Amino acid sequence: MDSSQVNHMQTELTEDQKNFKDVVARFMSDKSQPGVVRELMTSEKGYDADVWQQMCSEVGLAGTHIPEEYGGFGFGPIELGIVAEEMGRYLYCGPFFASSVMAGYALLNTATEAHKEKLLPGVAVGTTIATLVLDNLNKPESVGEHLFANDDDILSGTAPIVVDAHVADQLIVIAKTSNGLGLFSVPGGSAGVSVTPLEVLDPTRKLSSVSFDDVIAEKIGDVSKKALNKTWDGICVALAHEMIGGAQYLLESTIDYTKVRVQFGRPIGSFQGLKHRCADLLMEIEFAKAATHHAARCLDAGEGEPYVASMVKAMTSDTYIEAARAGIQLRGGIGFTWENDTHMWFKRAKSSEVFMGTPHLHRERMMTVMEAQS
Amino acid sequence: MTNDEIRKEVTKWLDKNWSVDLSLVEWRNKLVDEGWAAPQWPDEYLGRGYTQEQAAVVATVFHEKGAVGAASAGTRRLAAETILAHGSDDQKRRYLRPILTGEHGWCQLFSEPGSGSDLAGASTRAEKIGGEWIINGQKVWNTSAHHADFGILLARSDWDLPKHQGLSYFLINMRQPGIDVRPLKQMNGHASFNEVFMTDAVVPAEDLIGGEGNGWAVASTTLSYERRGFTQSGIGGSIQEPRVGRIYEEYDTEMAVANEPYSWYPQRQGRVDLVLPRARETGAIDDPAVRQEIAKLISMAKGSALASAAAEAKRKSGSNEVIPAGSIGKLAASVIARQAAYVHTMISGADAMRSGVDSAENGMIAETLISTPAISIAGGTDEIQRNIISERVLGMPKEPRSDTGPFRDIKRNA
Repeated sequence: MDSSQVNHMQTELTEDQKNFKDVVARFMSDKSQPGVVRELMTSEKGYDADVWQQMCSEVGLAGTHIPEEYGGFGFGPIELGIVAEEMGRYLYCGPFFASSVMAGYALLNTATEAHKEKLLPGVAVGTTIATLVLDNLNKPESVGEHLFANDDDILSGTAPIVVDAHVADQLIVIAKTSNGLGLFSVPGGSAGVSVTPLEVLDPTRKLSSVSFDDVIAEKIGDVSKKALNKTWDGICVALAHEMIGGAQYLLESTIDYTKVRVQFGRPIGSFQGLKHRCADLLMEIEFAKAATHHAARCLDAGEGEPYVASMVKAMTSDTYIEAARAGIQLRGGIGFTWENDTHMWFKRAKSSEVFMGTPHLHRERMMTVMEAQS
Repeated sequence: MTNDEIRKEVTKWLDKNWSVDLSLVEWRNKLVDEGWAAPQWPDEYLGRGYTQEQAAVVATVFHEKGAVGAASAGTRRLAAETILAHGSDDQKRRYLRPILTGEHGWCQLFSEPGSGSDLAGASTRAEKIGGEWIINGQKVWNTSAHHADFGILLARSDWDLPKHQGLSYFLINMRQPGIDVRPLKQMNGHASFNEVFMTDAVVPAEDLIGGEGNGWAVASTTLSYERRGFTQSGIGGSIQEPRVGRIYEEYDTEMAVANEPYSWYPQRQGRVDLVLPRARETGAIDDPAVRQEIAKLISMAKGSALASAAAEAKRKSGSNEVIPAGSIGKLAASVIARQAAYVHTMISGADAMRSGVDSAENGMIAETLISTPAISIAGGTDEIQRNIISERVLGMPKEPRSDTGPFRDIKRNA
């Protein structure tokens, strides 16, 4: 397959990016050990406000990809990917993905200049927690079937699944208008908004349903099909990084386990049945990781395969869940217990697999884009 | 010397000496005399002591001028590098020149019916009788053995030592009564390899290389060059049009003979390039199930290419990380080929029952379907690659061995 068109793009992180990665990794390793994740995932809010504040004000992560003129760091998808990858590795619990990634990308791609200036700085420094309210988390073409805004910007309808809405100060909503899709902002807790926390498969990512009963909203932009796809792609590439971080952690921790667990008088990692599965998994991870990093470079440079985001969302979804299956299976019975930490990554893998489109929907999207090009 | 000075010197020399009217051997003898045939080799052995980078400058100039370089096809360069690394002064003087001129073809005599993946388990016998080694046994997968003048041979000279220690490495003359070369027909109908039967074949004492019992170390050198895939074979490797003249005719014949065994190699890799055109042509592109599988195939192929590019970049940046590119790339090729064959099968439907030039893509689809099983075996099976990846890259513990102690006591194939 032809990847010559992107050969001139960097394939390695720069020194600055490597240093940035070290900083993020150190912070996550410090603040998001499995014991902490366990506490947060059973808490109602689902995140530690002090750590969030530290992460935003001291390390500045919330504004990673938000331009400097809106109070962010002005980095791009590569650095955002670095953050997401480390967060995925450590199962960071907090509203980063909802606020910076989802709402951040939606605002950047579709809000008017005035509303970017108004809303992004809070998101960039973490004093505003925003979330993106989409009424469909499967595919962009289905967005706008359940949320409506009339010509007076009154919102009605229900978004069945919204990430971190229970802690959001700002709901950034994509809704159908009489003239295509529009972007709206609604302060959390506004009259007529009901946020109902859901029982979730992956308790490290808190979900709610959000209903709007004739809510007065502010229209902050138009959402073209192209801009929606661009937003969807950006979110998927960040999510792919998160997943590849988790998958790498699973492979490493699983291999460590097979080196110390002894059965039949030898470490179980010396049995080919396990070794071969790990070798296959490493290969799959190496492919998905290289493709994901490539996708970030494509978004950064605004070139490359137009289907790359869907390609890596599908690849990393399959890879993460395979790593999670292997993580449980190679630990045997202990892997299926609550006490062992592996299930936390398994659940994140499963929920990420279907979040923003299942692998098969993304492969179909990939083919559609490819054939439209040919 | 700077690269510029090298470029000037080789350009000047070629301008004066290069002629398409010479015979290949005449021309290559001139190259050898001046050290241009293998500039990266030492001064005293036909080279100029250049670095790989300097040699690459020479290769580039040859390429630009359309000048033919030293013979490089097939096993001859593996033999040359091995002789250069381990051979005696006498061996280097006798063997290196005709390798570079192309007068001598070589083949590799390593694998045996009883030792494939377990190469060090070779049981071809080498017995020293008087001043000669007498060789008895059978080798297999010997590409071009039927054209070869000499072979690089791994054989067992001591059955009482542990298996890696009882091996010796020989340079054997293939043109002798004790050697019988027979083509080995494959499941896809091609015969790219041979079997070589040795019955009291003779190797003079001076053609043992690297010392008695040192065969494994010498073979490791050969294998490392084989894996490296030979960057310096680029001299004269691809010559641009127009190319008219006696020397090109001889060169084309040489390359045609050398490449003949490999005509089906694109097919064993699954012909990923034909998947989309075939899907569009047959209308299978509209089948959602086929689309899923094509997307998986393209993702794998891209992922694999991007992973090896990332590994290459890391290597160049001097990273200390263990880079698993080689074995992973080998395994990837198998997975991709298998998926490609699967997709081709879906696309063709019942037409995949046909073969021959009248079938799809002049028979190339059929050949793909019956050639892909080779890729997960040749050059180290997938299972061996997975062992290498898990042990050397992931650091998983080795399996307990049951092949220690004197070789004669180890269980082996009947």
